[in-house]
This record gives sequence, C-alpha cells and structure tokens, in this order.
Amino acid sequence: MNNLKLRTAGMAVSAAALSISLVACGSSGPAGTGASADSATMWGLTGGDQPVFQASVDSWNKSHPDSTIKLDFFANDAYKTKVRTAVGAGQGPTLVYGWGGGVLKSYVDAGQVDDLTGFLKENPDVQSRYLPSILESGVIEGKTYALPNNKVQPVVLYYNKEVFEKIGAQPPKTWDELMALVPKFKDAGVAPFSLGGQSKWPDLMWLEYLVDRIGGPEVFANIAANKPNAWSDPAVIEALTKIQELVDAGGFINGFSSIAADSNADQALLYTGKAAMILQGSWIYQGMKKDAADFVSSGKLGYTPFPTVEGGKGDPANVVGNPSNFWSVSSKATEEQKKTALEYVKDGMFNDENVQGLIDSGAVPVVTGIEDKLAASPDKDFLTYVYGMAKDAPDFTLSWDQALSPAQGDAMLANLDQIFLKKITPEQFASTMNATIGK
Amino acid sequence: MSTATTTPRRELGTGRTAGTRRTLEKGPSGWLAVPALAFFMLFAILPLLGVLFLSFTSWDGLGEIKLDGLSSWNTVLADPVTGNALLVTAKIMFFSFIVQAPISLLLGVFTAASQKYRAALAVLYFVPLLLSSAAVAIAFKALLDPNFGLGPGLGLPFLAQDWLGNSDLVLFVVVFVIAWQFVPFHTLIYQGGVRQIPASLYEAAQIDGAGRIQQFFNITLPQLKYTMITSSTLMVVGSLAYFDLIFVLTAGGPGYSTRLLPLHMYLTGFKANDMGAASALGVILVVIGLALALFLQRLGGKNRNASQLEGA
Repeated sequence: MNNLKLRTAGMAVSAAALSISLVACGSSGPAGTGASADSATMWGLTGGDQPVFQASVDSWNKSHPDSTIKLDFFANDAYKTKVRTAVGAGQGPTLVYGWGGGVLKSYVDAGQVDDLTGFLKENPDVQSRYLPSILESGVIEGKTYALPNNKVQPVVLYYNKEVFEKIGAQPPKTWDELMALVPKFKDAGVAPFSLGGQSKWPDLMWLEYLVDRIGGPEVFANIAANKPNAWSDPAVIEALTKIQELVDAGGFINGFSSIAADSNADQALLYTGKAAMILQGSWIYQGMKKDAADFVSSGKLGYTPFPTVEGGKGDPANVVGNPSNFWSVSSKATEEQKKTALEYVKDGMFNDENVQGLIDSGAVPVVTGIEDKLAASPDKDFLTYVYGMAKDAPDFTLSWDQALSPAQGDAMLANLDQIFLKKITPEQFASTMNATIGK
Repeated sequence: MSTATTTPRRELGTGRTAGTRRTLEKGPSGWLAVPALAFFMLFAILPLLGVLFLSFTSWDGLGEIKLDGLSSWNTVLADPVTGNALLVTAKIMFFSFIVQAPISLLLGVFTAASQKYRAALAVLYFVPLLLSSAAVAIAFKALLDPNFGLGPGLGLPFLAQDWLGNSDLVLFVVVFVIAWQFVPFHTLIYQGGVRQIPASLYEAAQIDGAGRIQQFFNITLPQLKYTMITSSTLMVVGSLAYFDLIFVLTAGGPGYSTRLLPLHMYLTGFKANDMGAASALGVILVVIGLALALFLQRLGGKNRNASQLEGA
C-alpha cells in the first residue's frame, strides 16, 4: 500500500504544482482572463510556430473580448495521439490542427469535422489569399474540410558548411556522390548524417525522396490509391535497398535509433558539428534559428535539394513534405464556438501581424504576395529558397504517414524502422505492406 | 486495485462485549466491503467487460463500432509482434526479478538496523521512489545519449555506448533503470519485514553461538517468507504494468526490442488505431496478470498479505 499512497501523494503534489503553473501561465496573458465556457478552443503544436500562434490568439482575444479563443499546445507525437482520441470521444477542440491526407479523411468519414466549402464561397478573400496548390490538400472528395494555417514545409537536405570546408567537400548532387562522401566524413570523425530514428517519421523522409527520385510521384500515387501490390514497385525495393546500403556504410550517426526528433536532438547534432548533414523538414530552421542563432546567422547552415538518382524517373525539382498544417472545425463544437473559430480564420489569421510573425520566426506562410516581405527578412536566403522550392515543384507529395490511413501509416513506420535496423529485407517490407492495403 | 484486509486473530482476549466477540469469530461485517467493491465494480470490472466486448469488434476510435467476431483475436494471435511482446515481457519480468530481489533484500536488512548512519543512507536510497517514472525516463535518456550524454560529456568512451539504440543492450539498460526506480520500494518492504522479526530469536541464536551469516540464513530469511512473497508478487505482476518508463525511454524500440505487452497494447490502440486488437491484447494482459498473482499467492499458502496487486 505504501507504493500506492506515495504515488497518490506524488500525483496530488504534481497535479497541484501543474495547476499552479497553469494558473500562472493563464494570468500572464489575456487568454486566461477572457476564457469562458463559450470560448472556442484551439490546440497547437509546441515548437517553432508556438509563439506566433500565441501572439495571434492573444491579440485576437484582446480585440474580441466577447468571442475569445483558448489555446493549448502539445508536443508533436503526443498531440497526434491525443487529438484523435479526443475527437473520437467528441471532446476535441473547436479548431483541430492537422496535416490533411488520410487522417483528415478518417475525420470526414466519421462526420467529426465541418464542411467549409460554403464558408470559402461566402468569403472569396479567404480563398484567394492562399497558394491554390496548398488549399487543395484540405479538399476531400471535392469539398474543403481544412484550411491551411501556417507555413510550407518541404523536406530539405541541410548541411554544415564548416564541416564540409574542413574536408574540402561539396554537397552531394547525386546519390553516388552522397555515398562517396560517407567514408570521407567518417575518416574525419564526423557522422555523415544525423537522424531522429526513434521518432520513426524522419526515416520516412529518406524513403519518400528516394522513391520519388527513382520512380517519380506515380509510385506513391498508386500506393495511396490502394492499388494491389503497389508496395512491390521496383522503385520502392530499390529505394529500400539504397537505404540499407547507406546504413551499412555507416551513413547515419551512432545511436540514431534512440534519438528522438521531438527533443530537437537530431538538429543539435548538425549545428554542433557532430554530423555533417540532415534530411529534415523546413521547420527545423525555426528551431535552429532559436537554439543556434550564431550558427544560422553566420551562414554556416547550408541547404540543398535531395540528390538525384542515376537512371531515376522523378523530376529533381519534386518535393516531399507537408504543404502546410491545417485548421478543421469540429462538428461537435457549439454554434457559438464555430462562429468564433471561423471569424478568427477569416480575420485573425494571416493578417499582416500574423504573416510577419511567421516570417520573423523563420517560416514561409502559405499565402500569396509575400515576396517583398520575404526579401526584407534577415532569413531571406532560406525563406526565398523554400518558397521557390514549394512554388516551383512539379509535384509536392504529402508526407506518407499523413497521406495514408492511420493504420497503414503506423504499419509503414514500424516496418521502415525495421529496414533501418536491418531486421527485415526490402522484399519482406513490401509483402508486409501489401497486406495492409485497404486497411 | 484491491484492498488488503488483514484480520488480526492473534489476541482473542477475554472480557469483551458480545458484539466484539461475534465480530472476531465471524470476521467484520460484509457491509464494510461495499464501498471498495462498488468502486472496484465501477472502475475495474465494468471497463474490463467493456474491453472484452471491444475485443470482438473492429473500431478505429472514430467511426462506428462494428461487431467483427474473432477477427481481432486472429490478427493478434497471428501477429509475430505479439509473440515478441510476450517474450520481451517475460525477459523483463525475469531479469527485473533476479536483479531487484537480492539487492532490495540486502538493502532492506541493512537499513533495518537502528544506527543513525543507516537511517541517513536509507533516506538517500528512497529518493528515486519520489520521482515520477516519466522524469526518471527523461533523465536517463539524456544521461545515456551516445552523443550528448554522460559518456561524451565526461570524456569516458566506456560510457558512450549506444545504450538505447543497440537491440542487444537496450533490454538490460531498461532492466537497470527499472531497478534503479523500484529497488527503494522493495527495500522499504523488506525493511519493515525485518523490523518485525522478534529480537528474542536473534538473542537465542547468539546464545547458541550462531554467527551473523548463520543468523541471516536461519532466522532472517525464513522469517521473511511472506515479505518475499509480497515483494515478488509486486515485482512480477508489476512487470506487466511497466509502460510510462519504457514509453518515454525507448518508445518500445529500437525496432521491437523493448515493446512489451502493455506498450504493444497502447501502440496498437492509439497509434495504429486498432481498438479491437488492442482490446484483445488487454484481455491477454489481464489473464496473465491474474494467473501470475494467483500462482504467487498459492506459494504463500493462505497468507493474505500477498494480495496487494498494485505496485511497481
């Protein structure tokens, strides 16, 4: 019984401590004072955008004391689990933060999110402010269920210029060059690539780009369309084989499978010079700008597109990643909450202050007509690079784990982890994944 | 989970009222069990029945719950990951037991004596017990990081192993961290057990000329029989409940190396959104837990002290 008592006591203490700190947080901003039962609720992600979302909602609450929004933040992986459970139980937030794709479709199928097509028709200004290709990602079967809320997030190959200069190397343009760099960096005592393997989704970026470079975007389009045996496509097998060759060559940092991307340890390896390169989303620029300001501002951070693969069919300008994140409106929210949420989407989001906030944080908002603002930013090199990359991409493939159904996405990440650990062969991966088609 | 009701029958005195005597002969009124039983029904039995029902359905957590016969059970039983999860659970149970039991027994005996310095040490030993599993996991994850952790930080290559990323090593690291957190609790149990052994036994042994080692094996150990059963039950059944610590420390990885049954259940339910299969795993977990608890209780005869299922 001692254990139970101690635990209960411990929980009571920590719960008390937590609620004290929550109260402290709440009272420091206007969000806490105006929040009532009628407030719309909003869940966001911790990390780069957090201060921008907070500032936007704070200023909204200040100017709209009658229709306030209550904002909470969660870590990425924890959020994905929490929001689904909450939405399933009818306890989700008014504004549901999402990625589009298969997860959004499962919400739509269950009738948990509202159709926003009519809202867009009534508010042509909202429709026209977005980059059209990105707005498309919130459309399921011809109807809009999600509206972009932040920034374009293509996956970029980052490198540490200082480390490259030390061994006199150039960033790789082809896969062969990339493989040739591996022993050079290892001899210099630097890991060629950092990787947050415990989080599993960073592994996926390698597969997404390699499959696209080798077989083009059609390969994944077939998988997403649930075509039988789509995972056995030769491009998938070749991509997985190349990943295992890179693992064998010691391409990834020691202990990559225990590094979690949520803690930003993967990007820390890059700016501390322990790793030469990292394949990650454009959002880690925001993190590095904050955690390693000198490294970024002194121009030591390099970035380049993913290398081409010889004989590959994919356009080297193709991009994978997240076109944006999205707000969906919960169908379980009260009319009052929905009204507040949509008014915020219309007037509070992507106003000048919000757009500038995103740009200052090191992100590219998903709206049109921001070229001048990007050019005026101290981060203009990176921002215009990302903006161009997203705008000019012949194909922008949504991250597979978000594009597929949750069950399939989870099986894919678990099996890809096994590929990186060399516990299964590419053929085993393909046959296991073929069995999940349609689930 | 359950309340341990011990019925003291030792001191049947004289001169008591008729009511007290009846109580002592028949045990306390059954009504005393009602509040606990009601809570137990509401928060343990009912959800358990719910889980049993869900295991015969398919549900993704969002849409409709569809009756699906045995298909979840077939999926779960045919999945090699389930077998692996059982194996990992058994390994963690076994190693946790053989690491924790001797250490906590010796520490318990050591801290039971009344010298001041022992009391001071005992306080130190109990500190890990005050920390939440998540905090322990986060701290060890940082310390064991192969690139930024203790080893590289102090320049000790020996400590710079890939502790959590190496499939062969990670299980033992997990067992170590579990032991670090839970040895204090079991030490506490043993300490209490040792303090209850009558001093007269030791005095008699000393007169008979028994040394300290002999006293330990012939008096302390046999007298601690029930304490051992209690502690072992908590260790073994508790191993079935390790979740928070491992979830934060390794998330079940690398691969499936530390994905033990409760974690497998959680990931199946809340990551893969297959509530049917997760419920089937939950039922398996409950059955194994009850079977183990019953078995261990049998070892102790009719001793009711061993019925504290909650733990670890």
